[in-house]
Amino acid sequence: MCLAVPGQVESIHEENGTRMGRVNFGGVVKEICLAYLPDILVGDYTIVHVGFAISKIDEASAQATLRTFAELGLLEEGLEELRAGDEVDGALADPT
Amino acid sequence: MKHQHSIPDFSNFTCPAPLRDYPHVILGHGGGGALSHELIEGIFLPAFSNPLLDRLGDSAVLDVAAELAGGGRLAISTDSYVVRPLFFPGGSIGDLAVNGTVNDLAMSGAMPLCLTAGFIIEEGFPVAELAAVVDAMAKAARAAGVRIVTGDTKVVERGHGDGVYINTAGIGFVPPGVAVGAVPICAGDVVLLSGTIGDHGMAIMSVREGLAFESQIESDSAPLHGLVAAMLVECSDIRMLRDPTRGGVATSLNEIAGLASCGIEIDESAVPVSAHVASACEILGLDPLLVANEGKLLAVVPAEAVGRVLAAMQGHEHGRQAVVLGRVVAGHPRLVVMRTAVGGTRVIPMPIGEQLPRIC
Amino acid sequence: MKHLTEYRDAEQARRLVAEIGRVVTRPWAIMEVCGGQTHSIIRNGIDQLLPPEVEMIHGPGCPVCVTPLEVIDRALAIAADPRVIFCSFGDMLRVPGSRENLFAVKGRGGDVRVVYSPLDAVKLARQHPDREVVFLAIGFETTAPANAMAVKLAKREGLRNFSMLVSHVLVPPAIHAIMRSPGNRVNAFLAAGHVCSVMGTWQYPPLADRFRVPIVITGFEPLDLLDGIRRTVLQLEQGRHEVENAYARVVSERGNEAAQAVIAEVFTPQDRAWRGIGVIPGSGWSLSADYRDFDAEERFAVSGITTTESPLCRSGEVLKGTLKPNQCPAFGKECTPRRPLGATMVSGEGACAAYYNAGRFLEGSGTA
Repeated sequence: MCLAVPGQVESIHEENGTRMGRVNFGGVVKEICLAYLPDILVGDYTIVHVGFAISKIDEASAQATLRTFAELGLLEEGLEELRAGDEVDGALADPT
Repeated sequence: MKHQHSIPDFSNFTCPAPLRDYPHVILGHGGGGALSHELIEGIFLPAFSNPLLDRLGDSAVLDVAAELAGGGRLAISTDSYVVRPLFFPGGSIGDLAVNGTVNDLAMSGAMPLCLTAGFIIEEGFPVAELAAVVDAMAKAARAAGVRIVTGDTKVVERGHGDGVYINTAGIGFVPPGVAVGAVPICAGDVVLLSGTIGDHGMAIMSVREGLAFESQIESDSAPLHGLVAAMLVECSDIRMLRDPTRGGVATSLNEIAGLASCGIEIDESAVPVSAHVASACEILGLDPLLVANEGKLLAVVPAEAVGRVLAAMQGHEHGRQAVVLGRVVAGHPRLVVMRTAVGGTRVIPMPIGEQLPRIC
Repeated sequence: MKHLTEYRDAEQARRLVAEIGRVVTRPWAIMEVCGGQTHSIIRNGIDQLLPPEVEMIHGPGCPVCVTPLEVIDRALAIAADPRVIFCSFGDMLRVPGSRENLFAVKGRGGDVRVVYSPLDAVKLARQHPDREVVFLAIGFETTAPANAMAVKLAKREGLRNFSMLVSHVLVPPAIHAIMRSPGNRVNAFLAAGHVCSVMGTWQYPPLADRFRVPIVITGFEPLDLLDGIRRTVLQLEQGRHEVENAYARVVSERGNEAAQAVIAEVFTPQDRAWRGIGVIPGSGWSLSADYRDFDAEERFAVSGITTTESPLCRSGEVLKGTLKPNQCPAFGKECTPRRPLGATMVSGEGACAAYYNAGRFLEGSGTA
């Protein structure tokens, strides 16, 4: 449901009493309503849906997720290599 | 031919025509009388001037015996231009009206000889804006090395047009020995793309009411006959050429697959999309493969010519970012299949109509 | 784009797929509730990367698909009114009503405009005080804060010419209805990350407990989706049924409380009909008493419309996951994106259109 895209807050201003901001999406800038993120600051990243910032992106969580992906894959491949090694040892195979 | 200004500024524009009493086009400008002549002499002639046009005959007479003497052939094409807004980042309806028809000719391997220009102008259209459109056309024609040799102007009542519509027809000359499309496409042929996609469509989108965004995206409007000529030097029997305008690369690829009754496979990671166009597409939920281009071409070439043709493209100003996009396959006839960046596949369908921004 | 492209890495995707394959031992059916996730799965070909044991069922989380026919027909009637500027998200223009769609109304002279944001519709109301500006306020919880703010601003500014045709739907009641529906095959859910960014995760533990079903809050990029699937399969294999947050960079437990407060002010819960599914209790929002003046349904007296759905369309079964789009007899024959019988064939994220566009009608015929 809901196409929402990450962007970086470039500036914040008031318009007719509503908190608005210019948000940069990879070089494309749009005027976005920031009313729902009263604490967001210039430089922060936010997820934007139909012109509204709905969530501030948590950098630490993003880093943690990416680290998990990287480590998970490597760990598993390491295990697989170990297993493959076991199988090779158990079978009559070229011991390389 | 890079346009410095996205949107022209009319505030200091002084119209060269003696039309001081009429800052806006009135119905009489299309009536064929003195007002029509003022429009022609004040705006069209100074911009487009060349010996054939300046005679102001009811038709222009070309002497092409020399071109055709060695077995060359004539190509003819027409297209109508109805873009809104008329001026957009990187170009205007005037650029499109020249380059679009030049490119239609070029896709047959033709060098453009001359264009006609028909204007349907809405009553009330500012004369200064008309002059700016005509000026853009004249510049584009000069850049493309093509003359506008005859034309027509009609004025429709206010509310019956969208400012200005332009039709151009073009005559081109296919040099002897050039045989685009003479050999049918077959499995193993390779699909080349001349550069980044989606620039024109997203440039238009960036200034459309309700969707507007700020970016440096500019239309890629450009004449492609020079690029085609450079490619034909390396491979005179290019299997097929298409300029992926409305409907984008997805439409052209489906047309090629349909005409050839072959399948086409492309690689998502090979598709060149500028970072800003990619971002704009993300925001609006659009697929760059379906977004219009005005200065790009797709070419199907035999495998043995790929290296040479690609090098020729990359050596030309309108093909610097040319890539191998994919290949023609015997499987899945008439279907375009894309290998996705993460290793899956999906069919690229023929789009139904205008691509609309999604919320979901 | 930062926070987007990192989650599209082919090598990491391959590893996540390998991990899913390593963990899975038997068949599981996982429903991604959200149509945006369906779109991403099909567009990236993610379902084809998965081991055969893992079946993705495409859920009803496409507001375009589940907006009831009555609402579409009312929208068409209002849009045809010459006083009206009718504003809609682009997705809704092709959705078929009983007889036609918004494109057809536009073609006959209706002033139908595509907007990016509901605030654009408010702006039009400001610019055209002599016209009635009506916004088709559809969506799930993600879109509700935007639509709520639009009507709140209109009220604050006294824009009497602005109104909304509201058809808001909610995810948790839909999960409840799916789990209770006869023939349900869903073993686990990927919950919609952007819905949860607004609402938080707190609504889901009671559902996971009651139905003993894992629910993993998941993002939209390939790695996000694969990670959500990986965590789901792991839970299923280990016999757990917990709520997990695989989209922590965007989703918190409490969600966006400022947005929830405005939603609570502007909207009130109600039973809502879902196209192809039927009425789900408490599954929608309509304008609260304070904002009823802005309800286009009342302003334009369009409640007495009767509707007719194509008898061939089985989109309800598709939305509940009991029928694959390409198992429907009308799929690709009477029903195509060009001539859709039901809304699931219209929206790019509708399960049927997603299947059709990805060429899934070829499955089994050996050509793709």
